[in-house]
Amino acid sequence: MIDIKKESRGYIAHGVSACAGCGMELILRTVLNALGQDTTLVIPPGCSALFCGFGKETGLKVSTFQGNLENSAAYAAGIRAGYEVQGNNHSTVVAFAGDGGTLDIGLQSLSGMMERGDDVLYICYDNEAYMNTGIQGSSATPLGAWTTTTPTGKPVYKKDLLGIAMAHGIPYCASASVANIKDMTKKVEKAKSIQGPKLLHIHCPCPTGWGSAPSKSIEVSKKAVQTGAWVLYECEDGNIKLNNPPKELKAVQEYTKLQKRFSGINEEQLVALQMGITKNFERLMRMQAE
Amino acid sequence: MLNQQETVMNKQKRFKIQGPCAYEFDSGNTGSWRIERPQVDFETCVKCGTCATYCPANVITIEKDKEICVDIMWDYCKGCGICANECPKQCITMVEERCGK
Repeated sequence: MIDIKKESRGYIAHGVSACAGCGMELILRTVLNALGQDTTLVIPPGCSALFCGFGKETGLKVSTFQGNLENSAAYAAGIRAGYEVQGNNHSTVVAFAGDGGTLDIGLQSLSGMMERGDDVLYICYDNEAYMNTGIQGSSATPLGAWTTTTPTGKPVYKKDLLGIAMAHGIPYCASASVANIKDMTKKVEKAKSIQGPKLLHIHCPCPTGWGSAPSKSIEVSKKAVQTGAWVLYECEDGNIKLNNPPKELKAVQEYTKLQKRFSGINEEQLVALQMGITKNFERLMRMQAE
Repeated sequence: MLNQQETVMNKQKRFKIQGPCAYEFDSGNTGSWRIERPQVDFETCVKCGTCATYCPANVITIEKDKEICVDIMWDYCKGCGICANECPKQCITMVEERCGK
């Protein structure tokens, strides 16, 4: 199908023009390593679109389709339906969208996909703002974080995507992070083996937008897990299970001080952020116990 | 192979792209972005592979039998420094690659 000009290991070219220290690049490599060649990707415009390349060049060996921002889930559902007509039951159809394309603009098509029960794996890499267009705030931006549209810090909390997915009663949804690659691989493999709509919400460090050093990308996402700002859990048929939860949450300052986007945060917002994080963690622990 | 549009999409010379399908798998020369280069101390290295796991560009190979046990593809390494930051033995240091300011 494609002419290979420069060979690479795996399914993605090595020289992709993602920023140095980009978490999204690592996520897509991990996901495709777990899924294998027999995958069809749907990518909306955004940072991930640079894998589709420009003009005649591409950075992916798997078949990929670049759609519009608001309907990646609908495109993926359509491709799945087409495959079923052709009698193809082996290919995995994956939608790989950012937080803007999932939580804001693409939420309606994602909701429709989950309602109809299409056999699609939807992956949302969450870098907590519209990074590709110049760091505008999205509904995934955490409380108090600076973006160009929230110069004094975002006044409200982050949207709970997995809560929305669980309310649809889908068979599998999980959160993952680049801090734990093994856990992410396990979840992708598990999602592949399940029939029906699946959702993975993956925390994705963005050195450009978060104002962290490129070398600290993994460290920042590890801190997010340790402070509870990002909780690793999965929900299978309504049963919530936390994956290696920290015994005691660290103070949120350890996470925020590594990033310039939280440099202007005031005392009040910091207390509110800490309260929201603790509340969310305790809520999930309670849900696991039930 | 692939259905391509016969006509050029845009009349401007700058955008002479045939059709909407990509058929060439290519890589950019991202090694030219690099300001700092990871330097591995091969004697302290325990070959655990943590650097290779976390490398976003997937350019690190661990060769357990060879003396140069951490092989990095310099054509593509962007010099982000994740390998140096995550190394449990801290045997990778970032050294400046370009001279002059």
